[in-house]
Amino acid sequence: MTKPNPWLRALVLLLGFGFLYVPILFLVVFSFNDSAIMTSWSGFSLRWYESLFQDKVLLSAARLSFLVAFLTATTALVLGTWAGYVLTRMGRFKGFALYIGLISAPLVIPEVVLGISLLLMFVELNSFLGWPEQNGVFTIWVGHVVLCTAYATVILQSRMRELDRSQEEAALDLGATPLKAFFMIVLPSITPALMAAWLLAFTLSLDDVVIASFLSGPGFTTLPVEVFSRVRLGLKPEINALATLFILVVGAFVVVANRLQVRRERRA
Amino acid sequence: MKNLSWRKLLPAGRTLVVAPTFLWLILVLLVPFLLVFKISFADLDFGVPPYTPLAQFADESISFVLNLRGYILLFSDNLYLATYLSSLKMAAVTTLCCVLIGYPVAYYIARSSPAVRNLLLLAVILPFWTSMLLRVYAWVGILRNDGLLNSVLLWLGVIDAPLEIYRTDLAVYIGLVYAYLPFFILPLYANLVKLNVRLLEAAYDLGARPWSAFLRVTLPLSMPGVIAGAMLVFIPSVGEYVIPEMLGGADTLMMGRIMWNEFFNNADWPMAAAVTCVMVLLLIIPLILFQYSQMRQIESQRGGRS
Repeated sequence: MTKPNPWLRALVLLLGFGFLYVPILFLVVFSFNDSAIMTSWSGFSLRWYESLFQDKVLLSAARLSFLVAFLTATTALVLGTWAGYVLTRMGRFKGFALYIGLISAPLVIPEVVLGISLLLMFVELNSFLGWPEQNGVFTIWVGHVVLCTAYATVILQSRMRELDRSQEEAALDLGATPLKAFFMIVLPSITPALMAAWLLAFTLSLDDVVIASFLSGPGFTTLPVEVFSRVRLGLKPEINALATLFILVVGAFVVVANRLQVRRERRA
Repeated sequence: MKNLSWRKLLPAGRTLVVAPTFLWLILVLLVPFLLVFKISFADLDFGVPPYTPLAQFADESISFVLNLRGYILLFSDNLYLATYLSSLKMAAVTTLCCVLIGYPVAYYIARSSPAVRNLLLLAVILPFWTSMLLRVYAWVGILRNDGLLNSVLLWLGVIDAPLEIYRTDLAVYIGLVYAYLPFFILPLYANLVKLNVRLLEAAYDLGARPWSAFLRVTLPLSMPGVIAGAMLVFIPSVGEYVIPEMLGGADTLMMGRIMWNEFFNNADWPMAAAVTCVMVLLLIIPLILFQYSQMRQIESQRGGRS
């Protein structure tokens, strides 16, 4: 009786997933198109992959993006774990509401606003202290850490809230310092959440156009900023090749991560 | 009793744990916002930085000048008001479309068998992790006058002349719905999958038809998921910059674009700051609604457990 109509179900899922996947399929298929005009098919070719790997500007932008994303994800993980611990274990303290407001602000505030406000701060800092001399890796990194810490905190604090505290309390009762209890008990039991938070921060940083546009300086262009400046005026087939590689890597990663998680759940 | 062991944390230790992250948040979020607020009252100036200081020390006196140019322009020039309204409208329509498309998808994913469910969920998450910029870029190739959609429709004979979608508001709607649909499906799915099927069975046993069972049981119970998902779509849509810039026309008005243009193209930092301040205020209202609904959800879950 409560089984849904199979035809309706198939139709809805087909339409929904078609909408989500047709553009991705389109990118992948046309990355192998020989023609420079992306809208008509003129034969199979790998020329766009070739030109992609010879594009020095794009490659150096990619290198910078991966560096920034790695630094950002690692910093955001530390700060996010710390903030999550504060939110779940420290009870209420003075300024608790402000703390929650600030930590979740980047989730709701548009990236344009974050970019403008951080840039203005760096400009003021520069005019008072003469530092930072120029926008570059450091400023982009700070901007991305601000954004990604908010997301990392959401993941980690919800995990820490669910955690059974009896082990932690036992450790404390047996004389462990809170610091030791944190590193010996809490941290090992939230490992999957730590991995998820690091990956989310890494992807967010790798995908950000807006904050990086405000905070990058001369000679420091991240990959999305470079891609955006090329595609806002039209189609560029080498970007299709880039997108295909990106989708391939992410796809493989998501599938492997999911397999591992399913296996872990089965064992548990 | 539960909190007994936590007393071992001395007040000093607690401050030591809280303070560093608190200071960091104040430094990178509160201070910059206050600076934006300050600069929104400054005037344009030629130099570095390109705005006037608010306080000036001259002739043994400090003079403060609050320049309201930005705000006066903001409220007198209809462009800004039109942009605010247009951003809200676009975000609202996007959210509505996400609800209409996302609800059935989330519903049928949640009602699938566990193995299929896992696979479908993976298929929703995958675009979520891929670069939004690149996925929106795909729509440029699809929606252009000589793009995939028009080629297919012309070939099928549905239309005689290509549809002009690229560089219109419609293209922006398509891009926004496409980009934010997973954000709606995931929280709603998480809610629907927990739905107790016995409630539905009870409704059927009592003679409810499928539609009325859905409207009276499933829909009300899934409202927290709908609200959470809708907020996750609405809030980022309001301030979106990349999608309207890539798919929209010159007349597509959105706040993110106005702020960007004031800042980069006109180099009018005080004006950009004034627009930013009003926008932050404007976003606080949906934020409060969101927090309120979340709190109610948590409370109702607690009530349900006990």
